[in-house]
Amino acid sequence: MEPLDEVEEGELELPAEPMHLNMGPSHPATHGTVRIVLELSGETILKSDVQVGYLHRGFEKMCERGTWAQVFPYVDRLNYVSPMLNNVGYALAVEKMCGLVVPDRCQWYRMALGELARISDHLTCDGAMAMELGAFTPFLWFIKAREMVWDILEEETGARMTHSFGRIGGMASPPTPDFKAQCRAALPTIVELVEEGEKMLLKNRIFLDRLENVAPISGKDATHLGWTGPCLRAAGVAYDIRKSHPYLKYDEVDFDVPVGTNGDTLDRFLVRLAEIRQSRRIIEQSLDRMADDGPVNCDDPRVLLPNKLDVYTTIEATIQHFKLIMEGAKVPKGECYSYTEGGNGELGYYIVSDGSGTPYRIRIRPPCFQIVGGLSKLLEGRMLSDIVPTFGSLNMIGGECDH
Amino acid sequence: MSQLVLDALKARFGTAILETHSDYGDDTAIIEPTRWKAVCQFLHDEPSMDFDMPVDLAGVDYPGRLPRMEVVMHLYSVSRGHRIRLKARVGDEDMEDAVLDSVTSIWSGMNWLEREVFDMSGVRFRGHPDLRRILMYPEFVGHPLQRTYPAQRTQPLVAYRTEQEAGMPIEKLRPFGVDEGMPFGRNGLPRATDVKED
Repeated sequence: MEPLDEVEEGELELPAEPMHLNMGPSHPATHGTVRIVLELSGETILKSDVQVGYLHRGFEKMCERGTWAQVFPYVDRLNYVSPMLNNVGYALAVEKMCGLVVPDRCQWYRMALGELARISDHLTCDGAMAMELGAFTPFLWFIKAREMVWDILEEETGARMTHSFGRIGGMASPPTPDFKAQCRAALPTIVELVEEGEKMLLKNRIFLDRLENVAPISGKDATHLGWTGPCLRAAGVAYDIRKSHPYLKYDEVDFDVPVGTNGDTLDRFLVRLAEIRQSRRIIEQSLDRMADDGPVNCDDPRVLLPNKLDVYTTIEATIQHFKLIMEGAKVPKGECYSYTEGGNGELGYYIVSDGSGTPYRIRIRPPCFQIVGGLSKLLEGRMLSDIVPTFGSLNMIGGECDH
Repeated sequence: MSQLVLDALKARFGTAILETHSDYGDDTAIIEPTRWKAVCQFLHDEPSMDFDMPVDLAGVDYPGRLPRMEVVMHLYSVSRGHRIRLKARVGDEDMEDAVLDSVTSIWSGMNWLEREVFDMSGVRFRGHPDLRRILMYPEFVGHPLQRTYPAQRTQPLVAYRTEQEAGMPIEKLRPFGVDEGMPFGRNGLPRATDVKED
């Protein structure tokens, strides 16, 4: 038999037809249930079809059944890694229609809680991404840091994940007396853990080789795909709603918007790590400026439940309570679009009200949906093994993406 | 915020802009459905508009009205920092002629959004490269976000097990009733009880 190297390349008869491969719907390296149908030539991806919807729960249809306040538990379950940001985003949307502005103390409180949620979101994404590439230790450290964030949130809200803590016109309860001290104690440790994990990863040749120049995207392409958040900023577009269109008190705090240069997977990873530090700065400033006492909720009986003691002792408060629970707070007729910076980007709520106590239509604009929509473009021409880091860096959250 | 955009649209397209308003600071233009793509092309290409980010696309159903379905698009310009909401009203009672031109060729991000609106609300997009269902499964019948689609209806791919098949009593919560969980505050709207059960 003649040695292989003497055979002309054209003479070798190899199967030339592209191979089809199904990845998912539940692959261990995909945090959400997503199915990717791949057309492969060897290990190169010729075409891919990303199929979502496995976690579709009819969120928008359910919202049309209850009252405005009953939407809060649903929005918690959209991005279940940072439910506080969803809560606040929805509360701001309804407040925009009602013409309410919550007291300063509540705004600072919402910002501090929201940034804590953002830290937990970014830690989960980066940690899980490292784990999927075989680096288990940094994942454990990141999750340890996330536990500290969740401990604070549990202390404040009573729940680790799905808090349902937002209310139209305020929050479910005022900050606990220990809130500031707890945050101030935990934040340095969280950043320390992040730094340690970062050192492990960013000096690791294998890890870097798998991320660098993998699935790059230009800022123009990313914008046209409707990308927002860390993924867009990694592509060099400094669009952060907290800076471009400040809400709450973001225009009064000092923070930077980290941007990447290539828009590759490594940039997306680094932008998230950098944002954790910026979130820390925001939280510290919010804590400094948040008053220790004063009202947290608006004084507006149209939307807020009366004091429990009054409900039990006076007839007016009883009726008010009854009407708010049974009929729901009335939101003026009209439509509005309100957007905030969620963990993954622009989290928008387009709400339509017919003036009754039930939403006519609530449309959520989940940042993930469009980001995952761009995945198949990113994968074209890449290797099979690039899917895992690329998909990880997009941080698809099933609940949010599939509505 | 971007009254300029509305003025430019009115100057350029005249009667094709049916209505404009700026409630709650959101500038809105309601467009003749036949000019949908032309307006989008203009907003994208014109340097003073430069709407480069497709933010959102959604369908809102008004069963009592004609045309019935309102397709709502939100656009944003990263360079100019302005936003606009475009609307087009399409479809008769049975959603027969609910067709719009696809704008996928203008913004690639519209691909999935248009598929979603097709899947959820039943609006078809002419010229879309790949108009399939996206959130629901291919066997699904109907469009769940049309208000005439009953919320309690189920379409399981595998039929539910009967007690006979299981050989034992199955204690299962039945799905939500027609009016269950509905607050009293709904007025002037078709109530769930008006919707025909299948």
